[in-house]
Amino acid sequence: MALLAAWQGVASLDSVDDLTLASPVETWRALRDDWSLLFDNAWVTFTEVLLGLGIAVVAGVVLAVAMHLSTALRDAAYPLLVASQAIPIVVMAPLFVLAFDYGIGPKLAIVALICFFPITVNVLDGLRSTPPELLKLMRSLGASRLQTLRRVELPASLPSFFSGLRVASSVSVIGAVFGEWAGAEKGLGRLVLLGNNQLQTPRVYAGVVLLTLMAVGLFALATLAERLACPWNRKEAHA
Amino acid sequence: MQIEAEAPVQEPRSREGDGIVLRDVERRFGRGGVEALARLSLRVRGGEVLAVVGPSGCGKSTLLELVAGLQQPDRGTVSVLGAESPRGRRDLCAYMPQNDLLLPWRDALANAALALECQGVGRREARRRAEPLFERFGLAEFERARPAELSGGMRQRVAFLRTLLAGRPVLLLDEPFGALDSITRAAMQEWLAAALGGEPRTVLLVTHDVEEALLLGDRVAILSPRPGRVAAELEVDLPRPRRRRKLVGDRRFTDLLGRALDQLEAGSA
Repeated sequence: MALLAAWQGVASLDSVDDLTLASPVETWRALRDDWSLLFDNAWVTFTEVLLGLGIAVVAGVVLAVAMHLSTALRDAAYPLLVASQAIPIVVMAPLFVLAFDYGIGPKLAIVALICFFPITVNVLDGLRSTPPELLKLMRSLGASRLQTLRRVELPASLPSFFSGLRVASSVSVIGAVFGEWAGAEKGLGRLVLLGNNQLQTPRVYAGVVLLTLMAVGLFALATLAERLACPWNRKEAHA
Repeated sequence: MQIEAEAPVQEPRSREGDGIVLRDVERRFGRGGVEALARLSLRVRGGEVLAVVGPSGCGKSTLLELVAGLQQPDRGTVSVLGAESPRGRRDLCAYMPQNDLLLPWRDALANAALALECQGVGRREARRRAEPLFERFGLAEFERARPAELSGGMRQRVAFLRTLLAGRPVLLLDEPFGALDSITRAAMQEWLAAALGGEPRTVLLVTHDVEEALLLGDRVAILSPRPGRVAAELEVDLPRPRRRRKLVGDRRFTDLLGRALDQLEAGSA
């Protein structure tokens, strides 16, 4: 509340140009007046984010499990994994568009590229943090490698997976925006970029608000999913 | 995967005469070669309960893991019912570690049933087969409780059931009650004594508690401090069922206790 008031206050100052900063009231007006336009574009972006995240989850988990099972693969793939995050996405995005055309493809690729990393790293850590005594127990019970993975290591790594998913969901929206900046026909990212060029500052702010809400909403969803999926992991469980 | 799924779980009766034999076993750790066990020889007869007592750090856990086939000796031989390969030993031994190591996301019944699942039994069938044991061992109505909802003693019982359900003729227990408070531990020792009475299996139990050893063991072996060797063996000729309450006033018990403590002190002096 105080934040909103401060925002309104600063935006109302005479020394602040209306084109650089839209006040909350103006942003709200833009949200209301352009709702159908904003909503249409937000839906496009939301689809890109969700599908991209989905690809990232599948690819990230599969890669983490493979790296967990094979030390050789882990040693070989880890540097590449880190390198993939050093790639400046802003520079790569136009190349993706060239490679995949204007459709949804390059957006998915970029979202997935950003999001799979925190998932892979966290799941891998989760898998590797299984207590050695537990592995010993499974060995003494005659469990196969696959049984140990399914019954012990994978469930034990669920909380780590959700940590990764939360990080991924909060950066996924940025990925979609980059993808749209490199070339798109629709989407909030493109709308914000156009709005900037056309000096429609309130609309830009409205778009940013929606993008933020999207990221926060996904983060909250991931947190909720974790609570449902790992009830044993809650801190307030009985002692 | 093993095809032992159909094997009976309840009564893998040990044959008399063939037990666990360790001959001149040596085990070192690390590059410096810290000696954990030095020329240790030990025999557990088929069907008996041998309690091994020793000060902490004398290689008790190492001894159990060697027998369980989770480690290999650097020298000497370990044989379990005639099996000398680690794989062969693993298939004959059920190992109960110091901590209960229950999986927090499984309820008590599913935790015990894990032992069956590892042999290829389906989840539902494994639960069904584990259920009667809960009744028999005083855990009825706790089948669906998660480990976090159980007391330390109950968790240890569930871990013991898991060990039993592995259906192996040899039980290896590593300080099963070390993590419990002394009151719970006393109750659990009597509980285990009764439970083992109904289970004609060969048992190797490791503990640092002399009374626990005398309460549970048919014989007691005393280990010297690191590197561990057998310093003495005592025959525990006390009648069963043994109850702590009765033993405290029993001359034979106090004699044995005194002798065991003497040996332990002599070793650590």
